[in-house]
Amino acid sequence: MGFFLETVFGGLMAGVLYSLVALGFVLIFKASGVFNFAQGAMVLFAALAMARFSQWLPMWLGFESKWLANILAFAIAAALMFAFAWLVERLVLRHLVNQEGVTLLMATLGITYFLDGLGQTIFGSAVYKIDIGMPKQPIFVFDSVFQGGLLINQEDLYAALIAAALVAALTIFFQKTTTGRALRAVADDHQAAQSIGISLQRMWVVVWFVAGITALVAGMIWGSKIGVQFSLTTVALKALPVIILGGLTSVPGAIVGGLIIGVGEKLSEVYLGPFFGGGIEIWFSYVLALIVLLVRPQGLFGEKIIDRV
Amino acid sequence: MIYRENGQFKVAYRDDQQIFPIAQDRWFVLALLAFAFLVVPFLFDDYVYKAILIPFLVLALAAIGVNILVGYCGQISLGSGAFMAVGAYMAYNMFVRFDGMPLIAALLLGGGFATLVGIVFGIPSLRVKGLYLAVATLAAQFFCDWAFSRIPWFTNNSSSGSVAVGRLEVMGWHINTPVEKYLFCLSFVVVFALLAKNLVRGAIGRQWMAIRDMDVAAAVIGIRPTYAKLSAFAVSSFIVGVAGALWGFVHLGSWEPLAFSIDRSFQLLFIVIIGGLGSIMGSLFGAAFIVILPIFLNQFLPFLGSLFGVTISTALISHTEYMIFGALIVWFLIAEPHGLARLWSIGKQKLRLWPFPH
Repeated sequence: MGFFLETVFGGLMAGVLYSLVALGFVLIFKASGVFNFAQGAMVLFAALAMARFSQWLPMWLGFESKWLANILAFAIAAALMFAFAWLVERLVLRHLVNQEGVTLLMATLGITYFLDGLGQTIFGSAVYKIDIGMPKQPIFVFDSVFQGGLLINQEDLYAALIAAALVAALTIFFQKTTTGRALRAVADDHQAAQSIGISLQRMWVVVWFVAGITALVAGMIWGSKIGVQFSLTTVALKALPVIILGGLTSVPGAIVGGLIIGVGEKLSEVYLGPFFGGGIEIWFSYVLALIVLLVRPQGLFGEKIIDRV
Repeated sequence: MIYRENGQFKVAYRDDQQIFPIAQDRWFVLALLAFAFLVVPFLFDDYVYKAILIPFLVLALAAIGVNILVGYCGQISLGSGAFMAVGAYMAYNMFVRFDGMPLIAALLLGGGFATLVGIVFGIPSLRVKGLYLAVATLAAQFFCDWAFSRIPWFTNNSSSGSVAVGRLEVMGWHINTPVEKYLFCLSFVVVFALLAKNLVRGAIGRQWMAIRDMDVAAAVIGIRPTYAKLSAFAVSSFIVGVAGALWGFVHLGSWEPLAFSIDRSFQLLFIVIIGGLGSIMGSLFGAAFIVILPIFLNQFLPFLGSLFGVTISTALISHTEYMIFGALIVWFLIAEPHGLARLWSIGKQKLRLWPFPH
């Protein structure tokens, strides 16, 4: 029982990070209809910026405080993501309005290549550490409930807390602010939003920036766990089944889907893996998403797809 | 002036249904084929065949397959690398496990197995479309990656996980030198391009295009979506599978699953989009572009660096290559979303009127 719950918890923690990346996908898809393959590259780029600046700043400016370095590095990385969002809108999206989905998808693949190259050219391609002071020791909980208790990484708990805080902040942003409302209007109906004076182009910059921030937070958490390295980009591929499962246009879907995939992946690896010779988590989530698609083509929470002729 | 159809009268239905209705086109293509078969083998040294021409031909063949699915039938697939892998590994198994299996039969059988896998992973296309389908086809990619690296049967229990093919022989003709390999691949591309061209302009091709343009309307006029979609998946994965087998057998010689990773799928999709969706000719253009661009950048950047007195490290070159490649893709999509094939047809249109403006 304890082992089972530990597996579930481990899966939930991984799922939180998938959710974060998936959230970036969904936000951009809703607002601009772009299936953004570059989300993984954005995670890597933001994490690289964060990791390197938190090392460089104390060296350049000659201060010691790790907190200050981290906060400044976070701010610089966020500024970079804003510049990135602005450039993407200026140089790419603006020119590809009304193109087919697959063309836009390819364009984001081009952006992916560019960003991967750029990040590694500026920041180097070794493995870097992000140290935001998350405690590493595992703790035991529920000792009293059953024998042995549960072994949980404190790191994972903090990660979940940060992610939850981000989701809460995003919710407030979307529900309460003017920009957030405008974004929801754009997501609902581009033309209607435009007709009441919402600038689509400005909204695209905002939404890519918000996606950049979620990428930064995801990269920060992931990077402090396993180090910032090129393999972070594969996180994006793990997040794809999440959005299919949850629905391309649903924010709650991204979060719930992420948790389901995270838990399903770990459970399948532990309990089914031995029968298949191990390593099945890489395709299990996709097959899970595929089966859901066969039953519900729009995903668990997506809007019903209606064909009009 | 010279290139136009005036005076070329069509007196039979046959004339009207030719692939190239204009005589100049026919002669040009025949001359090009003669050039490719008779002159090119004597032109270059081995490096050009190995690094440029053979990869170009094989990728062009795979791109023709992908184009049938994505360009003609409108089903976005990100799993083409997996179908290449199935073709390569199953052809290998056929080749190794059956004594005296002829090479061409093994390659075609590899394609046959890819067809089966393609149909299985094409089934979701009956329910979902567009980007959902694209992600669904990724399942094929990851599943095949896993299967070929984890299940020892596929690699004939090789301990390292990589497989190698020994002598290639077709009816007493040993395919050893790069030139011979080039000719072998070229024959495949020519045969399959002709086949694909005839398919897409026949009844089945028109059904695919109808499904692509509007599947509901197509169903209303009596096209069976199930049949059309699955046949597109089948034909596409057959060609892609044969290309995969050629990639393994002829180009690589020995390979492991990484050769057919998701990057391969993306590369094929790039080729199809840059070349032009829904154009057999475009597949050839796109493949040439994608094969030559990295080689060109690889040679050009150090030269550029030396011009400014800077030595560029290899890591920096590969990163800059990534950046330029990505930027070029985006630029290309913006400048010509219909691909190189569109430029080709514009050129032909202009040539028809030349030297008059109208």
